[in-house]
Amino acid sequence: MAAVKLMDFDKALELFEPVLGFEVHVELNTRTKMFSAAPNPANEEFHGAEPNTLIAPVDLGLPGSLPVVNATAVRSSISLGLALGCSIAESSRFARKNYFYPDLGKNYQISQYDEPIAFEGSVEVELEDGTLVTIPVERAHMEEDAGKLTHMGSTGRIQGAEYSLVDYNRAGVPLVEIVTKPIFGAEHRAPEYAKAYISAIRDIVRGLGISEARLERGNLRCDANVSLRPRGQEKLGTRTETKNVNSMRSVERAVRYEIQRQAAILADGGTITQETRHWHEDTGTTSPGRPKSDADDYRYFPEPDLLPVQPSRELVEELRAALPEQPVARRRRLKAEWGFTDLEFQDVRNGGLVEVVEATIAAGATPASARKWWTGEITRLANAAEQDASELISPENVAALQQLVDAGTLTDKLARQVLEGVIAGEGTPQQVVDARGLAVVSDDGALIAAIDEALAAQPDVMAKIKDGKVQAAGAIIGAVMKAMKGQADAARVRELILERAAQ
Amino acid sequence: MSDIIRLTAAELGEKLAAREISSVEATQAHLDRIAAVDSDVRAFLHVNENALAAAGEVDARRAAGEQLGPIAGVPLAVKDVLVTTDMPSTSGSKILEGYMSPFDATVVARARAAGLVPLGKTNMDEFAMGSSTEHSAFGPTHNPWDLDRIPGGSGGGSAAAVAAFEAPLALGSDTGGSIRQPAHVTGTVGTKPTYGGVSRYGSIALASSLDQVGPVTRTVLDAGLLHDVIGGYDANDSTSLRDEWPSFADAAREGASGEVLKGLKVGMIKELPDSGFQAGVAASFRESLALMEAQGAEIVEISAPHFEYGVAAYYLILPAEASSNLAKFDSVRFGLRVTPEGGATVEDVMSATREAGFGPEVKRRIILGTYALSAGYYDAYYGSAQKVRTLIQRDFDQAFAQVDVIATPTAPTTAFKLGEKIDDPLQMYLNDLTTIPANLAGVPGISIPSGLATEDGLPVGIQFLAPAREDARLYRVGAALEAALVDSWGAPLLEKAPVLGGAR
Amino acid sequence: MLARIQLSDDEVTQLTGQLDAIVDNIAKVSEVATPDVVATSHPIAMSNVFRPDEVGQTLTHEQVLQNAPDSADGRFRVTAILGEEQ
Ligand SMILES: [Mg+2]
Ligand SMILES: [Zn+2]
Repeated sequence: MAAVKLMDFDKALELFEPVLGFEVHVELNTRTKMFSAAPNPANEEFHGAEPNTLIAPVDLGLPGSLPVVNATAVRSSISLGLALGCSIAESSRFARKNYFYPDLGKNYQISQYDEPIAFEGSVEVELEDGTLVTIPVERAHMEEDAGKLTHMGSTGRIQGAEYSLVDYNRAGVPLVEIVTKPIFGAEHRAPEYAKAYISAIRDIVRGLGISEARLERGNLRCDANVSLRPRGQEKLGTRTETKNVNSMRSVERAVRYEIQRQAAILADGGTITQETRHWHEDTGTTSPGRPKSDADDYRYFPEPDLLPVQPSRELVEELRAALPEQPVARRRRLKAEWGFTDLEFQDVRNGGLVEVVEATIAAGATPASARKWWTGEITRLANAAEQDASELISPENVAALQQLVDAGTLTDKLARQVLEGVIAGEGTPQQVVDARGLAVVSDDGALIAAIDEALAAQPDVMAKIKDGKVQAAGAIIGAVMKAMKGQADAARVRELILERAAQ
Repeated sequence: MSDIIRLTAAELGEKLAAREISSVEATQAHLDRIAAVDSDVRAFLHVNENALAAAGEVDARRAAGEQLGPIAGVPLAVKDVLVTTDMPSTSGSKILEGYMSPFDATVVARARAAGLVPLGKTNMDEFAMGSSTEHSAFGPTHNPWDLDRIPGGSGGGSAAAVAAFEAPLALGSDTGGSIRQPAHVTGTVGTKPTYGGVSRYGSIALASSLDQVGPVTRTVLDAGLLHDVIGGYDANDSTSLRDEWPSFADAAREGASGEVLKGLKVGMIKELPDSGFQAGVAASFRESLALMEAQGAEIVEISAPHFEYGVAAYYLILPAEASSNLAKFDSVRFGLRVTPEGGATVEDVMSATREAGFGPEVKRRIILGTYALSAGYYDAYYGSAQKVRTLIQRDFDQAFAQVDVIATPTAPTTAFKLGEKIDDPLQMYLNDLTTIPANLAGVPGISIPSGLATEDGLPVGIQFLAPAREDARLYRVGAALEAALVDSWGAPLLEKAPVLGGAR
Repeated sequence: MLARIQLSDDEVTQLTGQLDAIVDNIAKVSEVATPDVVATSHPIAMSNVFRPDEVGQTLTHEQVLQNAPDSADGRFRVTAILGEEQ
């Protein structure tokens, strides 16, 4: 592949104004699919099923099969629409989007076209430094996912594959597609906007509990549209659509990359091709995909097998009343309640740890200790294991661990060992303590015996202490800790030594 | 010819209930009849190897004292548009040859549960596109009244099977007349229920907003009995109506008394002049109306100014929906696969499969439908056609404010010769002129034999239409006229059909 | 080709002629399909037909693949794909 020319980011921003747009697909975690009673693999319970085992006739487009709409998926979609500040359509309908592709059981996707369930909203998004920006939402509509293709051959990609295998488990997974309006004014913070927007959508759907919201599993998938226009120009530039960027960091990088790439082309007098582009995580680049053209003719028409969705105003108000606190407001409240500094809170939020910290506090830990565990040791272990911190350990176990520290059963150092045991699946913190015999020796008798032994071995120390050279106790503390294999509370040992000296 | 096959389903049901005949005997009699005549008629694409076993089960249930429905043990022919787990389902297409469905159509499941015995799958125009059954990939079905003529379509196989006494009951599907028009040309009875009255689940879709499954029989009562079995709400079909339906068999019995004709207002559409119909068809229609009038009915001229737009609207809506419904036949998950020589991509395979697997009529309608849905044309084509549906519904509303039922000849001509119109699709399409409005508006329709055309001696049908959800009215009125006609003829019309099997 | 049907030249010629029929139909329909008329997409007006979110009958893996023209590794097998998904 010919080397792609990139313009320096700041230079690009000097010459051009970036205009953004996002299409985010949210997989709902209903128990069953959008239009069939087959289990939904986007629900935790059915995740990871064997290929083609979560299938009802309509998922394969079998002759004679018919779709029926999942009531819960409609409720979830309305809730999401409301959380996005959208109006909920009095009458909404499904349409067929016709195109041939082997992952599409019917060779049309049931989606919504001219009458989406939700329209005209906005999302308040918080940038890393706490700045709030408003992202305008054009619409949110319900649709079904397609199956999964695996390309077999030397490359593993579509190009050069000898054949492909199709698994229709994902076919029919309920999706809500959220489409923004063009986003102006992001300027040099465009990449940050992208990340903050996805993060906001993730927080919203998590707060609603309507999606597992795990980007790495494709529960949230983002298509990022980027166009540039020369400073002072009214007309929008030609945009590219970078598909399926599946992590926050990638979205940020992809937007930055597209701005630099497009700027270099435009500055050279070139033109941008309207196309989809693919993001490559490994190289941090995008490559051209299918050109978009007027020939993209999906022949939409109203789905004759389904009827209009006309949510009653009572239902809409019921769902509106049940909406959780908006993520931004909620974060502000929590920060104040927990007494965190700006920096401390950003650490928690940027690590995606607000929920687990909250749960840990609810389970009995102090805010400071919860924050310390999650942003410290647990994040370190998660990074090493390339996993989400929230997946390593439950908030309840973190709180229990901290309680053992507070009770003096564990020292910080022992607590870290217990943490590793819990993460390794050895049980609750108490079970790990019992099994590994890690508790601090709190029996003064045993400590005093060890102290006496150490003093006997170093006879000059007691004299020094009595002389007022209290720091000399350090040698004894060290010896006692060694004898106790670290399972002693150093502070208590020190107290006992001083008590001995005072006798 | 065995007497058993001459019985109506109602009569056979009574004999089965009285244990004068076993279901095995009844089924065997029909299998024998199929063996004797179907090489001439070619109504069946597949005969059920398990029919006798299924019949035996019904007999066993009865012997065990189980309370069975009125037509338990009666054999049933199933249009191949309906999927079945124990027989292939092809919809008359090569692209689905040998296809085995993992589930039964709801109507088939209900028929089995009611103790009906599936005899086999009947021939049809490929994917129900046609009015003659000549467009079946497996060859045409022949009209039992004249083996050189068409049995109507798309459900020519079901109508011919019933007319040839190969089955007392059959299931059909009607998108623009595919149950009623074959009934007309074969001297049988066929009902297109109110849209949503019978589940479409398991009916291989042609045009989803027009398709309805319904009964194909020799008498109105039999149609009512079968409709009672297959009808009613089905959660698998979103367009299924939740109505509580009355017994259509009871309605037919009530109608047979003749009382129902007294004071009945029968609408006659003034925009359908006699000149639009073959002389014998128009004459038979007039005779039926005169007979009804003689029994106390009042004939009222009504206006349906938008019916004439029905055919144009239908041939915009149908290809559009069909092109999308038939996209699933792509060689990936089921059906035929044709791989062109050398390094084909999946796109090539799909195109070659569809080229080889679809017949010319199907390809024609898919291409027309694709065109009718294409960008920039949607509103003008499909959208405008949907507006005509509104106008036709208004015509019906206004008409039914004045009359109880509307009557028309079911189709413009009697059965034409095989091959006569196959190259003239437009002429063929006009066959559906009188039947299409019911599909566009969703109202129910029934066709019953009204006599023979004097010029060719072939059967003619009269169609009654009622307001949506008033299917029972059709059974009452249809049974009343049927009783009066049979009385005037001295025997059912089919007694006049030529003898089949060895007689040719 | 949007309909994914390979057509012979003869078929194309024949079909081109028949597109006129569509044009005639549209002309006919346009006589009465004025802007004030609402479109009817379902013959019997209904709305809000939903299914409870409960797992129902599904196909066995064997049933899923029973009609497959080709399969491998528990999945449907197709030859190489040229274009990308939409
Ligand atoms: Mg999109
Ligand atoms: Zn989408």
